[in-house]
Amino acid sequence: MLCVTDLACSRGERPLFRRLSFSLAAGQWLHVTGDNGAGKTTLLRTLVGLSTPDEGSITWQGRPVHGQRDGYRRALCYIGHATAVKDELTPVENLLTSAALDGHTVSEAQARDALKTLGLARCGHQPTRQLSAGQKRRVMLARLLLRPATLWVLDEPFAALDTTAADWLGRRLSQHLAEGGMALLTSHQPVPLPPGGAVAL
Amino acid sequence: MNALLVTLRRDLRLAARRPAEVATSLVFFIVVVSLFPLGIGPEVTLLQRIAPGVIWVAALLATLLGLPRLFAADHADGTLEQQLLSPQPQVPLVAGKVLAHWLLCGLPLVLLAPLLGLQFNLDGNVLAVLMLALLLGTPVLSLVGAVGAALTLGVRGGGALVALLMLPLYVPTLVFGAGAAEAAAAGLAAGPQLSLLGALLIVALLFMPWAATAALRIALE
Repeated sequence: MLCVTDLACSRGERPLFRRLSFSLAAGQWLHVTGDNGAGKTTLLRTLVGLSTPDEGSITWQGRPVHGQRDGYRRALCYIGHATAVKDELTPVENLLTSAALDGHTVSEAQARDALKTLGLARCGHQPTRQLSAGQKRRVMLARLLLRPATLWVLDEPFAALDTTAADWLGRRLSQHLAEGGMALLTSHQPVPLPPGGAVAL
Repeated sequence: MNALLVTLRRDLRLAARRPAEVATSLVFFIVVVSLFPLGIGPEVTLLQRIAPGVIWVAALLATLLGLPRLFAADHADGTLEQQLLSPQPQVPLVAGKVLAHWLLCGLPLVLLAPLLGLQFNLDGNVLAVLMLALLLGTPVLSLVGAVGAALTLGVRGGGALVALLMLPLYVPTLVFGAGAAEAAAAGLAAGPQLSLLGALLIVALLFMPWAATAALRIALE
């Protein structure tokens, strides 16, 4: 369970939000809403531990996230604005490298299967440089199949996706929630999920 | 150890896919060192006198040329962000990247130095000491430089800033490194300078990976 109490964040000198509190339990998802520049990305980056909040606490399973970096990070999957794929590597290599970086092993067959599910079966062995923006996003999203994580923090996951990929992501999210996972996401598109909580900034 | 190998293998593979980037700093090193004999003319004693200093200064500049790339590309495409979120220990991950940088931008300089030294008419003994000094000194350049590269990440004109920040910090390595070869050329023992370089390397190995990791965290905040 993720608990956020009295969180305050600012970007540079500009305060973004104060006294933000919410919690997220197994099987639930939260939609972070707000105008452009309201601080949605800052909130997500703060939650995953890339930025430090001005005030407030974030706890995971009852303990502050600062004290348990490893356990929290193992439970976490963050997908940000950047695609986090290397143009020089093939999609399969990208998935294998990022899994190795996260400290778990993924076989080449598993990586190829994940790419196939995302409709990239034929692009597995060509340099990622030659893929389109949407296809690169799909390579990134393939991690959601390969990485065993409880808490998904997704920043605009539906951006640049076509309807097939967006439908797939919706189904994958529902399946994750049904398995007891949690998700926190921002999206300007309608999210194809049963209504969850909302955090308005 | 495992974490170190992950980033090392990854960065070596990436470098193999874009060899031009690695070649740039090596060709730079060769060209800069070769310009001196051409500019000064065939005066053997003068060339022998300046050779260690010239080779060392060129090595500093060649290392600097490769430094901005160390983290910048990963920062731009978001992979650095993912690396910082990895549950693996961060310091070995960063150390692996620095090791890859040294293998690509430092070790080749050590191997090229004797060839370039021939242009300056250096004898075998001096060349050996010069190589040994570079072998001890170039990892220090990579380690210290990594902190500078991390600190200037995302700053506009970061490359020039790294040079300004790092060149003063490279002075001890330059003094002892060039000093070792000069001592050998004068027929003295190069031991003290080499020991000091070794000490610098140990200190850099102990502290710089931590400092670079902390600097990366700050840069990504």
